[in-house]
Amino acid sequence: MQKYYVERTFQAIVTVVSVMTLAFFLLRLMPGNPADAYRAELIQNNPEMSQAVIDQRVERKLNVLPSDPLHEQYLTYVGGLLRGDLGESINEGVPVSEIIAGALPWTIFTMSIALLLSFTIGISLGAAMAYKEGSRFDYGSSVLSILLNSIPNYIVGILLIWFLGYRLELFPTGGRYSNDMEPAMSPLEPLATAAFLGDAFWHASLLIASFTIVAAGGWALGMRGNSIQVLGEDYLRVARLRGLSERRIATRYVGRNAVLPLYTALLIAIGFALGGSVILEQVFTYPGVGYYMIEALEARDYPLMMGIFLVMTIAVVIGVYIADLTYGIIDPRAQARGGEH
Amino acid sequence: MSERTESLGALNDGDAFETVADNTLSRRERYRRLVDRWVLAPGRIVWSDVRARIGALILLLYVLVGLLGPRLYPEPAVNQGPRSVTPLAEGLTYPLGTDNLGRDILGQIIWATPSMLQMIMAGGLFVTVMGVAVGTTAGYAGGRTDRVISLITDIVMTIPGLPLIVILAAILEPQNPIVMGLILTINVWAGLAREIRSQVLSISRHSYVEASKAMGLSTPSIMVKDVLPNIMPYVLITFVNAARQVIFASVGLYFLGVLPYDSVVNWGVMIDQAVSGGAMHVTSMAHWLIAPLATITLLSFGLILFSQGTDRMFNPRVRARHSSTTSSDGEPTDDGATPTTGGGVR
Repeated sequence: MQKYYVERTFQAIVTVVSVMTLAFFLLRLMPGNPADAYRAELIQNNPEMSQAVIDQRVERKLNVLPSDPLHEQYLTYVGGLLRGDLGESINEGVPVSEIIAGALPWTIFTMSIALLLSFTIGISLGAAMAYKEGSRFDYGSSVLSILLNSIPNYIVGILLIWFLGYRLELFPTGGRYSNDMEPAMSPLEPLATAAFLGDAFWHASLLIASFTIVAAGGWALGMRGNSIQVLGEDYLRVARLRGLSERRIATRYVGRNAVLPLYTALLIAIGFALGGSVILEQVFTYPGVGYYMIEALEARDYPLMMGIFLVMTIAVVIGVYIADLTYGIIDPRAQARGGEH
Repeated sequence: MSERTESLGALNDGDAFETVADNTLSRRERYRRLVDRWVLAPGRIVWSDVRARIGALILLLYVLVGLLGPRLYPEPAVNQGPRSVTPLAEGLTYPLGTDNLGRDILGQIIWATPSMLQMIMAGGLFVTVMGVAVGTTAGYAGGRTDRVISLITDIVMTIPGLPLIVILAAILEPQNPIVMGLILTINVWAGLAREIRSQVLSISRHSYVEASKAMGLSTPSIMVKDVLPNIMPYVLITFVNAARQVIFASVGLYFLGVLPYDSVVNWGVMIDQAVSGGAMHVTSMAHWLIAPLATITLLSFGLILFSQGTDRMFNPRVRARHSSTTSSDGEPTDDGATPTTGGGVR
């Protein structure tokens, strides 16, 4: 078991380093080499600037100095990243980490609510479907789940914006909160904070809904399959013969064993939700990290783009790492098998 | 295999000439069996399942449109008709209406299909080949090979796909749909490889694989005869999932405008143009948005139905019921590409 934890930690570190390396080379491969392009721009705009100052500026933006040998560039780049220095946005002129710090909470806010909602709805529905396997309810819900799961979430988003945003004008069609709303987050002003949170939630609700509607279908189908498998196990017959209540069987035996395999999937999904936010946030013009990533791409703001990519990857690494470490605690069987699940 | 040894024997005996006719006949017989096993029996099973039947019909429709559409239907062009015509307003000239530039919407959908199908095929094949090759190697080789491959697979799996694709598309600016398909599935194969690895691990512990090893069969033949048939369900389902991934990602990225496109617009570009052209605000322009949305949803729905229905195709008991050769000919099991023991695995 000890060995497993060590291996997993090693793997997480290797992953992060590999992605940093990948990011470095991708940055070098970017069309029009951003470092050279930025240097040319600096020289053109400030003809009197000395070579040293220009080098310094380029390095601050990109964390690399194109005149250095490749391995030195690599070391400076990774060294900077490890210190939390993601470079500086070319267009905004502020550190990338600052932009991400401003946008990430909003993405986490929407995506965590969306994930929890979809997971809760999905497993409840899936369990109910499995329990009434073969019934009209099961059949109808299965078809509905497949149908919902087969639509990309951004299409659901477009449809929701279309009808609830523009047609019925029930929901805002973009932004984090109303223009006339003062951001307030303080326990001293509970009313203002509640109003602000409510407003923020109102603005995020369509985004959350479009993610939830699609993902819930997937969770439901997964839970249904797992539950049906568990329902066929011998220990359930034993439990019934022992005279345990149906309720206890449903929650402790079926529910628990059917949800367990989904636990890893849930933690992995947390990371992927960040990546999936790229398109959704664009549809809803919701300024989270995904939104800024596309903005950065269109503006050829490569440091910002790579910074967001790195943050998203590290989020997935952490999610998967926590999943693997805690799985043994939740499911003792995995512990016995040394984590080979 | 038995025919081959017989014909070898015939050569040694010197009456090879007499066995020629017999040999070709049995070869034809063998092809007939192959066709029956890999085409007819699966076909019958697919047809017997409502989900798979609907799914197959939907997919067939798209393939036909992709193959024949551009030949039969005029290419959409700016100002080919009046602007913003609603569906069927001018009879059957513009069945789905036109957009704000006067382009026929049905024409745009049809003309975008071939490149979409190419993208899907490229992505699906790439994922399948990579996933099966990497997964079986890791699962079968074990030891250090397995550990290194698994580490790489896990790393690839962890990298968030969409942002990586966005970056790669920015670097490579691919125009070719096949290259696009490969980029869009750049990290999808890892999931399949991991699944297949664990399947192969459990299969290679089965007694019949042990028996094949003890009989001294070569690793490739054990792979092909004992291991691969058991992972076929995964392969097919993953192919379908990869196809959906390609559709979702490509349409989404074309919609965002981060992928380059030429004169023939993609379904995603259509959505983008409809949204920015105000189709959400004006009721009379709704068809412009609905047409590509419905096209994508229907294709994805067809793929899911098909993969769900074909799940049964690999169930040996269902196969046996629908196959005409397995029951009547009573052929030796070691010759069979679908061992009946396969049902125990999964």
